[in-house]
Parts: sequence; structure tokens; C-alpha cells
Amino acid sequence: MSLLAIQDLRVSIHGQPILKGIDLTVAPGEIVAVTGESGSGKSMTAYAVMGLLPQGAEARGSIRLGGTEILAASEPELCQIRGNRVGMVFQEPMTALNPVHRIGDQVAETIRIHAGASRAEAAARARDALARAELPPDRFPASRYPHELSGGQRQRVVIAMAIALRPDLLIADEPTTALDVTTQAQILRLLQRLVETDGMGLLMITHDLAVVSGLADRIAVMRAGEVVEQGPTRQLLAHMSHPYTRMLFEASDHAVAMPPAPDSPAPLLELRDVTRDYPGPRRGLIGRAPPIRAVDGVSFRIQAGERVGLVGESGCGKSTLTRAILGLDPIRSGSITIDGQPVFIDHHANRAVRRKMQVVFQDPYGSFNPRHRVARLICEPFHLLDSPPQGAARRAAIAEALTAVGLSPEDAGKYIHQFSGGQRQRIAIARALIIKPELILLDEAVSALDVSVRAQILDLLADLSGRYNLAYLFISHDLSVVRGVTDRVLVMQRGKIVEQGPTAQVLEHPEHPYTRALLEAAPRLPDLDMLRAGG
Amino acid sequence: MLRYALRRLLSLAVSLVVASLVIFLVIEVIPGDPASYMLGINAQPDTVAALRSELGLDVSKTARYLAWVGGMLHGDFGTSYTYRTEVAEMIGERMWISLPLALYALTLSTLIAFPAGILAASRRGSATDLGVMGVTQLGVAVPNFWFAMLMVLLFAVKLRWVSAGGFPGWENGFWPALRALTLPAIALALPQASILTRVMRSSLLDTLSEDFIRTARAKGLNRRQALWRHALRNALIPVLTIIGLQFSFLMAGAIIIEQVFFLPGIGRLIFQSISSRDLIVVESVVMLLVFAVIVVNFAVDLAYAWVDPRLRR
Repeated sequence: MSLLAIQDLRVSIHGQPILKGIDLTVAPGEIVAVTGESGSGKSMTAYAVMGLLPQGAEARGSIRLGGTEILAASEPELCQIRGNRVGMVFQEPMTALNPVHRIGDQVAETIRIHAGASRAEAAARARDALARAELPPDRFPASRYPHELSGGQRQRVVIAMAIALRPDLLIADEPTTALDVTTQAQILRLLQRLVETDGMGLLMITHDLAVVSGLADRIAVMRAGEVVEQGPTRQLLAHMSHPYTRMLFEASDHAVAMPPAPDSPAPLLELRDVTRDYPGPRRGLIGRAPPIRAVDGVSFRIQAGERVGLVGESGCGKSTLTRAILGLDPIRSGSITIDGQPVFIDHHANRAVRRKMQVVFQDPYGSFNPRHRVARLICEPFHLLDSPPQGAARRAAIAEALTAVGLSPEDAGKYIHQFSGGQRQRIAIARALIIKPELILLDEAVSALDVSVRAQILDLLADLSGRYNLAYLFISHDLSVVRGVTDRVLVMQRGKIVEQGPTAQVLEHPEHPYTRALLEAAPRLPDLDMLRAGG
Repeated sequence: MLRYALRRLLSLAVSLVVASLVIFLVIEVIPGDPASYMLGINAQPDTVAALRSELGLDVSKTARYLAWVGGMLHGDFGTSYTYRTEVAEMIGERMWISLPLALYALTLSTLIAFPAGILAASRRGSATDLGVMGVTQLGVAVPNFWFAMLMVLLFAVKLRWVSAGGFPGWENGFWPALRALTLPAIALALPQASILTRVMRSSLLDTLSEDFIRTARAKGLNRRQALWRHALRNALIPVLTIIGLQFSFLMAGAIIIEQVFFLPGIGRLIFQSISSRDLIVVESVVMLLVFAVIVVNFAVDLAYAWVDPRLRR
């Protein structure tokens, strides 16, 4: 008897079909993963089960939870089910909690509205739920506010809220996507343990096949509102009968053909003993705590045409370091030079050097002004030149940059909202390329992209590196991203470079315990040959 | 929280010192000699000299500043040149009209804006929402003195419920005084309430689209519970900011309404003393208004911290 049975679920929003006949079941104690790329309808499926579809949505078909038909239930009935029989965990732990209420009260609220418990009783049960989510009350008192917790800890509070009443079904929508790899591993283990001890069913929505393969009993692969393939994890991965599943798997493990690393070293970027502090938190009436050292004695070099990875978890100082390299902030001590020239002089970025380096950020949409056309957007770096090209020369430069990234010169007249996520990232790269830099900083530049798009962008970067002898600094929280696209890798922890060396060597034989921890925590795709032999 | 309050208090004190210095410099130092300015260009030299010594202009500027500030701390604001009465007394009388009027108007505007804003936000896109938005649009657009005159025509001239203007004084009973302030307070509150309603509505709508509202709904709260328990408090920050600004404005900005209703308030006092070049009164009233604004900002800062624990540092 299945706990959740979705049959022929069709959802349309304002007449636009989003889900086109989904069939899916979850049994008690079973972990079912729904995977697919953005826009495939995975989250919409989850919201349909919660009865929380957006306004204007129309659902047909059947969603049975235990004996209840969700699609026929009234709003008060749904309120009784949500949080009580179905719990939900979301992607963004930083914003999923109400910032003005204490965590204990937020967990207790679930208990009070459903179980009619008294304040004191609900508080006691909330402490118990927090402890089950591995936030022991002696270290994380229920009186804390969300802003006093890290991302992983906040996600545990959201989990505690969802499991407080021991629901039959837990829905987790990309629960670890926003977290660091080591935290991700802990949260995944916690979810697995909760399923084992409570016998809940878990419906897990994720884009990450590696996460899915290590966790789920069964997998459903979705594309464009349809389940293209589903089955037990081992069996499905061993056979992958649908080409889309194969494409996803291959793209997740995409090997990039990088041009060979330069053999004659020509130093381009050089950091010597770079240190940067932030003012400490306020203390007393006007005093401050001692400054926080965000970057601590960092030294490294990037040769012309070399690809280097900079890896570390959130808060390790990599963003601060990126800003310093770009000449956006002064540093406290040490030196950052390009071709021997400092990047920051007289309280400003050094223009003469700045034009040799460009940056591509994670969120391509947020880094463009939506009211400007592409031509104007990608010409932004021209202000770094003493005599920017005008007229025909400018148009030629735009056309060349757009062609180089696989777009057409006609795209120059469009606005940024007319492009997909992957195309926007191509435009961001075109903007970086237009002044012919020698170094591009890629700050989590492929992290937000779907795996198939990510593979294309990485191929593009490899191609451009060979063609223009470009050096890259890949900044990422994820070691697996830099695998295969970098020649060397630097591992950063608490402001310091703790390990560096050729990428293959660091990944195969990590020396520092932190690097080892990062590698162990990173979810890995299973070896298909082993799966097939075993299955 | 206490440390936060103390730090805000410290910044309040610093702001007051800076403000008093600026006012002193602008009024006493920059335009040249205040005595000849106050008496006009046709004044006799001996009259100017007499006024100079009366104003204490013959001592150093530092000594004058210290005497001015020291006097204010004791409640001594000097003597008005035009009226020959104690400035403190004049301000005191006016304050008993302007302060209650501002509080009255602010209370009305808040009492209207909160329910109207919440109602409009919770029924976004409905006829109620459209109605609230339409009325507030009108409320912002209609000049309040014109609206005040319409009210006088209706309630005072035609229906004879209230008098058309003037103020009986608090010593003749609370209700008559409050009655005299009612029409002016409504006139003042109308545009303020319209602005506040719109701010409340849009801030609430922003908050209702936050992730934590979705979390609240996933817990099993219905729409109304999610709004009252989770959205409202988070939506208050911009509303508090506007309330603070409005109070500061109401203290001195009521001048036109005071004129319409013949109310001897602070706005009229400052207008009269500027026209009669009574710098002593101008200086003191401006300082007092700055004091009011800074204290209100302090109160708003404390309210922020009460609403949002992230600010209590």
C-alpha cells in the first residue's frame, strides 16, 4: 500500500500546461527522488502534493495521501494535512525562517496549531524535535534567532519544523543545493536517518544525480512536465533506457578537453602574502572586537594561459580574495600584481592593469541591467580603455565577442530577459572577452546552471582558453567543478591556502585533512560498470 | 538590547550638539550682525548698539553659544524681541496645541492606515483593494487645506457641530479642546493616512511573497494566520520609518492648517517670528523642532529593534 499515489497529474497555470500526466508513488520508509533540469516541473509536483500551487494554477488527475484525495480537499482540510501528515523542507535555508521569531517558537508553532498543545508542552516537544534534527538544546537553545545560526543549522531548524509531528511523508525540495558539500553530506545523512527511525516516506526533489544515486531507493527522471523514466535506483542507472537520462548522467560527469597547460612559465597574476581584515563586531558603547582576518597570508601565481581553481566553503575568504584581486578593495598587507603592476593604487583600481582581467559571476541575470540592450551591456568593460572603439570598430568588437561565445551578432539588439540562463552566462563571458583580457575570474560561474548547460559552458571556456591564450581563476565551493577544467587547484580554509598543487594530484592524493574531508563529502556518481556487474 | 539603546542615546546626544552648533552658526554668525538685521536697514546706530548689548553680542561667540545652550538646558530660551515675553512661555503655550494636534493626527492616520493597508494587501487585486488604492490616491492628491475648508463649510457652517476655528484652551475642559482640534486633525491625517496605507500595503505584499511565508503555509497555517503571525511584524520597518517622518512633519508642517483653523500653534509662531525678524524666537523654535525630530528618530530606532532582533546589536 503506497503512502502517496500520484496518478495522471496535470497542472496548468493560466492555461499553460506545466505538468503533463505525472504518475508517482512513495511507500512508507521509502526514499523517492525526482530529478531533472530546471523547468521540468519537479518543484511544481511537490507543491501540488502540498496543495500549495501558485495562483491561477489548475490541477487535474489524482493525488492520494493515505486515504485522502488532495485535489478534492478543501482549504481547511489541507491546512490540517500540511505540517501534520506532510512536512516540507525548502531549498533556501537562509530565507525559509521568519527572521523575527525565535527558532523554538517557530518549531512549536507547528505543534500548537495541529496538536492543540499548551505553550509549555509545545515548547518541550519543539526542543525534542530540534534535538532529533541534531540541534541539541544545550548548544543551540530554542531562544536563538535564525540570524544567529549558519545555513546548515537553519536547514536543521526547517527540518525540525517539518518532522515535529512525525508526518507520514516528508517532501524535500533541493534541501542541500544552497549548502556547502560537508554540510550537504550531514543533512543528507540526517534525512536518511529520520526516514529509517520514523518510517516516513521521503519525496526528494533534486537536480543532482550524484546526490540521488547515493540516497534514493527509486528515481523518477522528469523533463518538460513528464516523467520520462522511473525505477529502482540501481536498475535505472545501470540501464538508463531513456536517452535523456543518459544525457543527464553524461553531462554530470562531463570531461572537458582543455588545451594543454602552457609549458613556458610567464607569470601573469602574482599574490604575495596577501592579508585582508574586516572590522570586528561592535562591542560596548563605541568599541569594537578585534578585526576578523578574512584573508591570511595568501600567496600564489597564475601563469599566462593557465587555469587555476580556488576551492573552499562559504566564509573561507574566497570572495574577499576575489574582490581584492579585482582591485575593488584595498588589502591590509602584501601585494597583488599583474605583470608586475599593482592592481590597486591610490585608493582606486589600477586601470592599466584592470583591463587585463575580467570577471564572470554566478548569477548572470543579476549582473546585467535589464533595461539595456546586449550591445550596451557587453561594451561595459570599454570604460577601462583609454580610447574605446567607436562606430564600426565597436560594432565589429561586439559581433566578434558574441560569435566567440556561440551567439549571433544579431543578438546585440535584444534585452537580457529574452535569453535563457545558459545564454545569459554566454553573454557574461562575451562581456568579459570584449576587451581581450588575459585573465578571467569565474566566480561560481557555472554553479547555478543545469548540468547539460554547464557542460556546454565548460566546453566553451576550454575552447576560448586555447584560442585566446586565456588564464582562468575558477572560484567555487565545489571541488568537482574544478575537476577536469583546471591545471592547478588551491584549497582555501579560514583565509589560508591549506593545500595547492596540480589538480589531478590534489584530487587523487589529498594531503591536508580539510581537502580530504571536502572530497569525501562530495557526492559521487556511481561507477556504471560496477552497477551493471552487480545488478 | 540595552547596549543598543545606550548607543542610540549616545548618537542622539551627539546629533543634538551638532544641530545646536549648526543652528547657532547659521543664525548668529553667518548673516553678519543679528542686531542690525533684526532692526532693518533704517535703524539708528544707538538702537542697534542697545539691542547688541541686550542680545549679549558684545561677548565672544563661544561664550554666547555656551550661554545659549546653558540657558536652554535650564528652560531659559531668552526673551522675544518683538513680543517682549519669555520665549519659553510662548513656545510652551503653542506646544500645548501643536503637540496634541500632531499626536491626534498621527493616531488617526495610523488607525486608518493599518486596517486599510492590511485589508488591501490580504485581498490583493479584489474590488476592496482597488477601492482602497483609489481612495488613497485621491487622499494624496487633494490639498489638505482645501479639504479642511470643505469640512469647515460642512461641519461648522452648515451642520454647526463644531466651531469653524480657534482654540478654547485645555483649561476649559478636555472635550471642548479636543473638539476644536478634531477637524484640523482629520485634515492633517488624510494625506498622511493615504501615504501610510499605501506603504503598509506594499510592504505587506513584499513580505507575503517571502520564503518564510511559504514555510508558514507548509506548516499548516492558513493565509490569514500566515499574514498576522508572520508577515505583519516583518512588514513594519518601512511603516515605522514613515510614521517617524510624518510625526516630525506634523510638528512644524501644520502651518497652513493652523492658518485655516486659527490655531496659535508652533507653525504659526515660527512663521510670525521669521516675518518679524525675531531671531531669538526663530533660533529657539528651530532648536526645539530639531530636538523633537531627533527624539522621534530615537523612538523609531528603538521600535525597529523591538520589531527585528537582527538590529539589536
